[in-house]
Amino acid sequence: MADVLAILPQQLVFGLALGTVYGLVALGYTMVYGILFMINFAHGEIFMIGAYVGWWVLALLLQVPVGALHPAWVLPLMLLPAMLFTGALGVGLERFAYRPLYLRGATRLGPLISAIGASIFLQNAVMLTQGARMKVYMTSLLFPRDWRIQIVGASVSALVIVMVGVAALMMWGLHLLVQRTTLGRSIRAVAEDREMAAIMGVNVRRVIALTFFMGSALGGAGGVLVGLYYTQIDFFMGYSAGLKAFTAAVLGGIGNIRGAMLGGLILGLVESLAVTFMNPAYKDVVAFVLLILVLVIRPTGLLGESMAARAKV
Amino acid sequence: MAQPGIPRWAAAVLGLVALVAPLAAPNDYWIGVMARICLYATLALGLNIVVGFAGLLDLGYVAFFGIGSYLYTFLASAHFGLHLPFLVTLPIVIVLTAGSGVLIGAPTLRLAGDYLAIVTLGFGEITYLLLINLDRPVNITGGPSGIVGIDPPAVAGVALSTNTHYYYLFLAALGLTLLASARLRHSRIGWAWQAIREDELAARAMGIDTTVAKLQAFAIGASFAGIGGSFLASWQRSVFPENFLFTESINILAMVILGGMGNLLGVVAGAALLVSLPEVFRDLQRYRLLAFGLMLMVLMVFRPQGLLSFERKEASDD
Amino acid sequence: MLKLTDVDTHYGRLPVLKSVSLEVRVGEIVCLLGGNASGKSTTMKTILGVVRPTAGRVEFEGDRIDGLATEVIARRGISLVPEARRIFARMTVWENLSMGAFTRQKAPAGEVAQDFERVWTLFPRLKERQHQLGGTLSGGEQQMLAIGRALMARPRLLLMDEPSMGLAPVLVDQVFDIIRAINGQGTTILVVEQNAPVALSIATRGYVLQNGRIVIHDTARTLLATDSIRRAYLGED
Repeated sequence: MADVLAILPQQLVFGLALGTVYGLVALGYTMVYGILFMINFAHGEIFMIGAYVGWWVLALLLQVPVGALHPAWVLPLMLLPAMLFTGALGVGLERFAYRPLYLRGATRLGPLISAIGASIFLQNAVMLTQGARMKVYMTSLLFPRDWRIQIVGASVSALVIVMVGVAALMMWGLHLLVQRTTLGRSIRAVAEDREMAAIMGVNVRRVIALTFFMGSALGGAGGVLVGLYYTQIDFFMGYSAGLKAFTAAVLGGIGNIRGAMLGGLILGLVESLAVTFMNPAYKDVVAFVLLILVLVIRPTGLLGESMAARAKV
Repeated sequence: MAQPGIPRWAAAVLGLVALVAPLAAPNDYWIGVMARICLYATLALGLNIVVGFAGLLDLGYVAFFGIGSYLYTFLASAHFGLHLPFLVTLPIVIVLTAGSGVLIGAPTLRLAGDYLAIVTLGFGEITYLLLINLDRPVNITGGPSGIVGIDPPAVAGVALSTNTHYYYLFLAALGLTLLASARLRHSRIGWAWQAIREDELAARAMGIDTTVAKLQAFAIGASFAGIGGSFLASWQRSVFPENFLFTESINILAMVILGGMGNLLGVVAGAALLVSLPEVFRDLQRYRLLAFGLMLMVLMVFRPQGLLSFERKEASDD
Repeated sequence: MLKLTDVDTHYGRLPVLKSVSLEVRVGEIVCLLGGNASGKSTTMKTILGVVRPTAGRVEFEGDRIDGLATEVIARRGISLVPEARRIFARMTVWENLSMGAFTRQKAPAGEVAQDFERVWTLFPRLKERQHQLGGTLSGGEQQMLAIGRALMARPRLLLMDEPSMGLAPVLVDQVFDIIRAINGQGTTILVVEQNAPVALSIATRGYVLQNGRIVIHDTARTLLATDSIRRAYLGED
């Protein structure tokens, strides 16, 4: 037992780091669901593509004979293209693979199947163009291993601090945007009553596209952060990461932005705690079991409200 | 879902063609392909009951396939030293797999549409993870390397050995499942399923016990997968967790969608297409999944009622 | 200002509006009366572009608007107080009103602030509850919010769909007083109502819709006065 307690703080740090990233990616699911009531199954792939874009930028930068590769300027340079690219990808998906379907009304099965198709397509497109083997993020060149501090028995690296910081900053930024700006209000209006929002003059299609852009961009950012943290990326990483981020979103209450962040944190912590106490091979099972439990026992999630009406029959 | 049945004579012709197909095959490999078509068609018909008849989007159907396969393996291989005869194992596996259908279906009863899909997907994943990890502390599933040395089916002491044998066995099973599906569709439970598919609340208001009906859909659908699983295990003479990935669930689902959900012969045709096309385009194998994903998107956008459906209605719009 | 000419609207193959023609002139209060399922709400939806007419024309201030997207029509100056309020329950009162002014983002900030003041003056109780969530308001307060929200757009034409529905008689009188006041301040109004007497008491002219057709059209005073009409069409609704 003593050795478990010894590694506990470290595991909690892992959990925290992981949790903020889950939250970031979960936001993409929750925003899209909140506005369209569909699960963007391809969001995991968007996250994965973000990781690849980040890798490319880093690989390019490493070629430049610049002595001082400091994360202060390299990191934004990695995040920006990743976010713009994945954002645009999300908008493209919405326009061509989803909009024709949800405009037809009907049920949610059509968009879901199309999303699955998009997910498979993107996975394989990346595999074919980037190779089936994993790529390595040279994180240690950016964040030297000795950049770390000790807090209560856990060694917290600068990378983790930056990760949590960046993710938290983005989530906070989103929160501000949604709660304080006119654009944010129009998003909430469309999510609540699309027809009424149009009657008030809101360009609903543009709002939906913007929501996809933002949600996807955040997912892409999550990809870069995860790439830096785990240093290994491959074309298949979007699948399980996507499902876990979805679990986080559902756990917090799907459609609820604060819920996604909370759900991410909880999932990250639960997962790393579980790994401490049991066979790490079953790590993914934890997330799935949690997902099933939430959906069966409390589909509204922790912070969700009337979305329950859509979950149950 | 009410569709014009294809005329009796056309069905008879198709049946005849199927019976003599192996004679037309260029080589044994292609007979194997035909056997695979029958196998997958059976699976697709099973999923068709859950998705096409009852309208429950099951994304984890591969779980039943895997459970059926491994159960057969436990009963008829060197793994646990059990070598039950084929005609004994098959019914046992069918029943047990049907039971797993009830187990997995039960928690999903109150969930709608895409939530149901995700939960079943989760179950599919959990099943895969269990299959690949349950080799310690006690070796139940053989872990990542699977189990080999499975007994082939033997009827009256004669073991099946050539692809042709297997083809006829699978074809017979396909015929039976086709018949069963057709009977089910027009039975009381078939109407119950259709009602649930169209509007569950209304179905309940009409007095249909949706709980029982849904569980029956899962059970029967799973039992078809149990058959398929037994066949796979006994034909391949081995099972591996890799046989039962999520992509396989989607593969089978695509067969159902392609053929038009609920459309029996369409589903069989969908299976035929999706099994044979990759064979035809062997050299383009690397692009298979890419094309597959694209196909799903294009299908949903342009022709959701399936390529081969006679209906004008959209698959998602009842 | 608003003119519908021979408008047909269908839901699928079901005809809901048949050859509807009506007109609202600047400065008027026009009421559209009828029982349940007479097509009143569909008329509103057709004007707003939520539903497209299958035949006929809808013209606003001389331009055709049928076929335009709803948000474009809204930006031309038509606002709606919908049936059953339909305020944004998850937003505060202030946010709801702010959304009402969505089409006026290019307007100078002072103007929007003026509009807020106008709404607070009309509905002091809303001012008290500025930061409360819309879902927590009572039915009457939600109605006020819905009206206030529509006013925030400084509409040239205000559409009101059954403003009296679900309100106690005292509140109904209040609401219609407010409607008259708004009209006095210069807003043209088209009211759809089941409660004929109250609606006609403030209106200039009235149309009666039955089974998707306009069956009577006259000044409000005449409609109120004529016995047979009262009994036949404005009877026990």
